[in-house]
Amino acid sequence: MPTASRDIVVSNKLGLHARPAMQFVDVANQFESKVTVHKGGEEPGEADGKSVMQMIILAAVEGTPLRIDADGPDAPAAVEKLVELFETKFGEEE
Amino acid sequence: MEIKKGTGVSPGVVISTAVVLDAEDLVIPKRQIDASLIAQEIKRLQDAVARCIVDLTQLRDSVTAKHGKEIGGIFDFHLGMLKDKSLVKQMTTEIKTQQVTAEYGVSVVMRRYANKFLEMSDRYLSERVKDIHDIEKSLLRALIGQKHEDLAHLTQDVVVIAHDLLPSQTAALDRTHVRGFATDVGGRTSHTAIVARAMGIPAVVGLGNITAEVSGGDTVIIDGGRGVVIVNPDAEQLVEHREAGRRFDQLGGELAALRDLPAETKDGYAVSLQANIEFPDDIDDAVRQGAQGVGLYRTEFLFLASEHEPSEEDHYAAYAEAMRRLQGRPLVIRTLDLGADKYTQSKAVNPERNPFLGDRSIRMCLHDIPMFKRQLRAIMRASVLGDVRIMFPMICMLMELRQARMILNDVMEELEDEGVEFRRDIPIGMMIEVPSAALMANQFAKEVNFFSIGTNDLVQYTLAVDRTNERVAGLFCPAHPSVLGLVRDVIRAGTRNSISVSVCGEMAGDPLYTLLLLGLGLNIFSMNGPDVPEVKKIIRSTTLEHAKQVARRVMSFDSERQVMHFLREETRKIIPEAF
Repeated sequence: MPTASRDIVVSNKLGLHARPAMQFVDVANQFESKVTVHKGGEEPGEADGKSVMQMIILAAVEGTPLRIDADGPDAPAAVEKLVELFETKFGEEE
Repeated sequence: MEIKKGTGVSPGVVISTAVVLDAEDLVIPKRQIDASLIAQEIKRLQDAVARCIVDLTQLRDSVTAKHGKEIGGIFDFHLGMLKDKSLVKQMTTEIKTQQVTAEYGVSVVMRRYANKFLEMSDRYLSERVKDIHDIEKSLLRALIGQKHEDLAHLTQDVVVIAHDLLPSQTAALDRTHVRGFATDVGGRTSHTAIVARAMGIPAVVGLGNITAEVSGGDTVIIDGGRGVVIVNPDAEQLVEHREAGRRFDQLGGELAALRDLPAETKDGYAVSLQANIEFPDDIDDAVRQGAQGVGLYRTEFLFLASEHEPSEEDHYAAYAEAMRRLQGRPLVIRTLDLGADKYTQSKAVNPERNPFLGDRSIRMCLHDIPMFKRQLRAIMRASVLGDVRIMFPMICMLMELRQARMILNDVMEELEDEGVEFRRDIPIGMMIEVPSAALMANQFAKEVNFFSIGTNDLVQYTLAVDRTNERVAGLFCPAHPSVLGLVRDVIRAGTRNSISVSVCGEMAGDPLYTLLLLGLGLNIFSMNGPDVPEVKKIIRSTTLEHAKQVARRVMSFDSERQVMHFLREETRKIIPEAF
């Protein structure tokens, strides 16, 4: 089974608050692969990328290092799409 | 097995299966359930989640249509949480491994999340704890709502265990299968107590945390006479209480023998004993107990029993039904007495800060004349069906009474123009339940055909005590000399102006006050049906002369303790088994 993984840093101003967390989970749920998000930094943690509650609880504010892991048939595509969300700062205006 | 002591507010003994009602705005107690019920609780949780998703989607769509995507989007996060499979899974696990109710599963998992949100240092994120509470409440509301619906369609007898019963809840109960009540809070005059006595079923209130100690399906004994509730009784207790239940029914049989005898003192002074009702169905029972009519029809239950405001036809149908069941006996219809309680406050756009001193009762009617007129039209149409009388509640000033009468005159003119029959000289009365009205009874007596003293509110407003607030409910006492002085003066004002006076508060049905009220010259006692036989027994066992002596003596006391002690002694002298 293919796996994929990417490290990113949260760069949007408000971090993974309600709306971005929802967007992330919505995208993750489009894929069959299991998605796990690992949080680095001072308060490390782990969340199921398909659970909005767990994603919010991560409290990933601006500047938090994250690793997105996917495990399943469409793992590379899932990670790519999810990273894209961070790169476009979830469509937030600066 | 667990024995709990509370306040018995409606006598009788019942042994039955418990249904526990939680309240969404209170902490849900941890209650163990039987392993066989786990699957059922999980199903309830799933149904509740599904229902919340449907409701919330509708809400989001309508808000989006009205206010745009930005505002509607707020609900997307709520929906996201409800659709979060791992969240529902955690709740399911809680129900399974801890063997608890769905309500508890929801509340414990949501509370865990709420705490995590509160721990977050990021202010923006920790504020979202409000959303967590919102979702918890919606889920609990859905779960508790299901239970309410179940209680409306029961297939077997149950007793209801709740924190406190709301009028809207009791209005929806299946009255043929609910055999008793036990609640955490409340007192003798609480809504639960009134409903239980009207239904003639045992009830114990003020039990502290009975909702935490009983699980749905437990066997419970409720002894309303002694104020005791036994959870999961042993064999010996079951035998003992079955016997007690039989004795109580037997005593009821003896009192029922009084039914066809007049409520008349030994020296031939007759009064009228009437019933307070909430629904026309209450009439048959009340008449069976010996009530000679209805002294108080609480029409607000027409509003409480349904989701929308009743139409003129709904009103008329209820009044016509009541007249049919009364077979010529009088019916006093009190116009809408809503407001001040949780029911109206929760529906209000701007909840009032001090609802008991707010827009309630006749004030509310005078602010919503179309609604008031619908009810008045129905009453006037029903007036040709027999002895119908109309009564306005919560009158504080002459202007309110005059305004209400003017609106009634308008209604009569409209009906006349339409060629509808009605009785122009329908007796018009008012409630005396505010000190201002009691103090001006002499002036009011010149403008109405009868008075009815509502002692519950009169005590509340005279002593400034909210009887539903456990912390001060102990101060609520109809025997307070100030209250008794007002009652005496109102009866006097009525007699002097040749209009009839009744008491329709809880005081009228409490045997402790029968001698006193009789001695003060009261003509009509209006009470819950099951109280009629005992009050009648006291009246038939005394003389007017004796009652007058008792009243004179009572009016010379300066504390409620003296009053109650003396009345208890005097009543025991004529009926030793009364207390």
